[in-house]
Amino acid sequence: MTNLLDVERLSKRFGSVLANQEISLSVKPGEIVALLGENGAGKSTLVKAVIGLVKPDSGTIRVKGKELPYGDTAGAIARGIGMVHQHFQLVPVMSVTENLILGDEPTKFGLIQMQKARRETAELSKRYGLAIDPDAIIEDLPVGMAQRVEILKALRRDVSLLILDEPTAVLTPQETDELLEVLRNLASKGVGILFITHKLREVMAIADRVVVLRNGKLVGVTSPKESSESQLAQMMVGREVVLHVEKGPGNPTGAALEVRELEVLDDRRLEAVRGISLQVNAGEILGIAGVEGNGQRELVEAICGMRNRRKGKVLVAGKEVPNLKPHEVHAAGVAHIPEDRERHGLVATYSISDNLVLNRFDQEPYAKGWIRDLDAVARNGDELVRRYDIRTPNASAPASSLSGGNKQKTVVARELSQNLPVVVASQPTRGVDVGSEILSLSDRVAVLYGGKIVATFDSKLANRDEIGRLMAGSEGSRS
Amino acid sequence: MAIMQRVKLQSLSIPLLSLLIAFVVGSILIAMQGSNPLLAYQVLFTKAFGSVEGFATTLAKATPLILSGLAVAICLRAGLFNIGAQGQLISGALASAWAGYSFVGLPFLIHIPLALLFGAFFGSLVALVAGLLKAYRGVHEVITTIMLNSIVIALADYLASTPFKEPDQPITRTPKIEESARIPDIFGLPLGFFIAIAISLAFWWLMRKTTTGFRIETIGRNRSAGWYAGISVKRVIISSMLLGGATAGVAGAVETLSITGRFEPAFNAGLGFDGITVALLARANPLGVIPAAILIGGMRGAASTMQFRAGVAPEIVDLVLALILFFVTAPILLRLLKRKEEGISLSSGWSN
Repeated sequence: MTNLLDVERLSKRFGSVLANQEISLSVKPGEIVALLGENGAGKSTLVKAVIGLVKPDSGTIRVKGKELPYGDTAGAIARGIGMVHQHFQLVPVMSVTENLILGDEPTKFGLIQMQKARRETAELSKRYGLAIDPDAIIEDLPVGMAQRVEILKALRRDVSLLILDEPTAVLTPQETDELLEVLRNLASKGVGILFITHKLREVMAIADRVVVLRNGKLVGVTSPKESSESQLAQMMVGREVVLHVEKGPGNPTGAALEVRELEVLDDRRLEAVRGISLQVNAGEILGIAGVEGNGQRELVEAICGMRNRRKGKVLVAGKEVPNLKPHEVHAAGVAHIPEDRERHGLVATYSISDNLVLNRFDQEPYAKGWIRDLDAVARNGDELVRRYDIRTPNASAPASSLSGGNKQKTVVARELSQNLPVVVASQPTRGVDVGSEILSLSDRVAVLYGGKIVATFDSKLANRDEIGRLMAGSEGSRS
Repeated sequence: MAIMQRVKLQSLSIPLLSLLIAFVVGSILIAMQGSNPLLAYQVLFTKAFGSVEGFATTLAKATPLILSGLAVAICLRAGLFNIGAQGQLISGALASAWAGYSFVGLPFLIHIPLALLFGAFFGSLVALVAGLLKAYRGVHEVITTIMLNSIVIALADYLASTPFKEPDQPITRTPKIEESARIPDIFGLPLGFFIAIAISLAFWWLMRKTTTGFRIETIGRNRSAGWYAGISVKRVIISSMLLGGATAGVAGAVETLSITGRFEPAFNAGLGFDGITVALLARANPLGVIPAAILIGGMRGAASTMQFRAGVAPEIVDLVLALILFFVTAPILLRLLKRKEEGISLSSGWSN
C-alpha cells in the first residue's frame, strides 16, 4: 500500500531561525500520526509546507507517491489533503450547510441548490458519524461543534489525509474526548490523520505513531506502545546540549516572593492555575518544570500583572502586590523576562538603547521632567551592551538587527540591571543557542501538572526520569 | 544641518520614486489629451516656483496643508489613521470664524490667538469622539473619522446657513471676521505660513525629545510592548487624536483668518484630504510635511494657470496627486504581500 504522505528531508528557514531541519515523516491510509512538540518546535511550519502555505527551502513532499511542487495549495487540496486550522475558517453568520458548500456550491442554472446541499450535509454527517444540524448558524454553535463543521468541510472534498493543527487547544475535556472518537472513526474508514499537539494524554489515547519535534529537528519516531508519557515529555522538552552551568549553591535569606493559593483562568476562561502556593527565597532559584499547557504560562502572567488573578495573593519581600498592570508589578520589585520577547519585550524598530530604557524612559536620569535625556539613554545603552555582551556594532542599531540570543540579552539586561528583589524568567532559553537545563540552574524545582504543583525537589536530589514522569501526570514517589 | 542628515536616504527614496512614477503616468495622461506634457509641467512648476509672487501664492496654499498634514502624521506615529482631518479642519474653520466676527473691539494680539484657540479646540473636539470610541470601545478610527467628516460637514452647512448666517444675504456663509482677527502678511508672505512652520518644529521636537513623544512612538510601533512597559494605550490614543484634531482645527483657523476671512462651506474643500497625501508623502515626519505640503500646494495653486497656458484640464493635478498617494502607499502593500508569502503573518486586519 502506498503511503498517503511522504515528507523527506524537508528544511525551512525563517531569517536566522531554522524552523524545520531535514524532517522526514510519512502517513499511511487509516493511520493516526501525532506530531508532538512544544510551541516553536516547527510543527505548524511542517504542515503548512505540506499543504503549500509555506514554501520549503529543500526536501520533497510526495502525496500518494507523486511529488507535490512547493507552495501548491490547490494541488494539495486536489490530491486529497484537507486541513483543519486552529482558527476556524468559517463564516459565523452563515449556516452549517452554507459554510460547507462555500466555494463549491452545487448549482443548477446558476442558482444554488440549497435542498440538495442540505441533503448532502445530512448524508455526510451520517456517513462519518459527526452529528450536526445542517441549518444551525455557526456563531450559535459551541466550539466543538464548529470544529466538526471544519472537519466536515474537509471530508466533503473527499479527503484522504486530514491534518489538524492543535485541534484540542480550544476544546473542553469532553469535547476533546468526542473529537478523539471522531478521529478514530475516520481512521477506521481509511482516512490518514496527522494531528499536531503538545498534549501527551491525547497522543497516548489515539496515535498509532508519534513524531516528536524539538527546535525544528526530528528527535524521534515512536508509538504509544513503545514509550511512556514521561519518555515523550522528555523527548519534547529535553535539550541536546546539556550545558553544565557553573553556579554555587544559593544562599537563601528569607522569602523574596510568596504566592499563596493562587487561582487563575486561561484565555478560554477555564481554570489553568488551581490553587498554587510557592515561596522563592532571596538568593535562590526556583525552577518550574511542566509540559506546556499545564498552567505555567498563566502562573507567570498572573504574578507579573499580565493576567488577572481570580483568587490568592502575591507577596514581594513580604509586601502584598495586588492585581496590577505589568509596570506596577515591576515597580513593586519584580523583574520579568517575558516569554514572547518580540511582542512584549522589545520594539523591533527602536534602537537597542531605547529598548534598554523602555520601562523607565520617563524616570531620572533618562528624563528630566518632560524632556528626555538622550545622552543618558545612549550612555546607559553603551554600558549595558558592554556589560551584558550584546553583540552589535553599536547601541544605536535597531533591535531588529540583533540575533535571537542577543535580543534576549537586551531584555535580560534591561530587567536585571535594576537589581530588583525578584526575577521571573519565562522560557528564558527558548530559541537561544545555548541549551540549559532546569536542573543545573535551579536550587529547587517545582513540577506543574494540570494547574497544580505536584512535587517540589531539591535539585541536587532530583532525577530527570522522575521529573519527566511527574510532568506527564504520573504519581511521583514523593511530594 | 544636523536635521537634514537625520533624514535617512532610504526614507527619501520611496517618496521621490513615487513622485517620479506619478509624474510619468501623469504625462501619459496629458499626452492622451493631446497636450504636451513637458510644456504642462513646465508651466505648472514655473508658475508655482518660478517667481517671487508665484512662490508666495504657493506658500499660502501650502500653509493649511502643512497643518492638516501634521494632523494626519501625528496620528500615524501613534499607529492611528486619521482620515478625519477634513471634518476637524472644517470644525476649526467655523469656530474661528465665529470667534473672528463675534468678539468686537479686541486688540489683534488677543483676538488672533483667541480665534486660533477656538479653531484648535473645536477641531480636537471632533477628533476626541473618534479617540474615545477607539480607546474605550475599540471602534476603528478609520470608520469613525470618515463618519464624523460627514456629520461635521453637514452640521457646518446648517450652522452657516441658519444661526451663524450673515444677515440679509442669500449666500450660505458667516459674516466677515473683524479686522483685529485677520492674520497679516509679513514681507509679502502670510504669517500663517510661519505659524505652520513653528508648529512643525514643535512636533518634531515633541517626538524627538519628550517623554510624550516617546510614548506615542512606542505605541505606534509595538502596542503590546508599550502596554507592557507601562504606557497607557488609551491615553496615547486619546492624546494623539486630540493633538491631531487640534492641529487640523488650527489649519482651518489659519485659512479662515488669513485667506478667506469668513466661513463659507465651499472654501475649505479638500484641504483635510490633501493632508493625508502630505502626511504619507512625508512618511509621517513632522519636518518632511513642509516640503510635501509646498509641492502639493504649488501644484494646486498653479493648476488653473496650467489649463490656461498648456490647455490641460486642471483635474490632471487631482489625478497626479491621487497617483502620488497610490504609489506612496504601494510599498506598504508590497511589504504586506511579501510577508504573506513568507507565511509569518497570515492574518492581519483593520482592527487593533
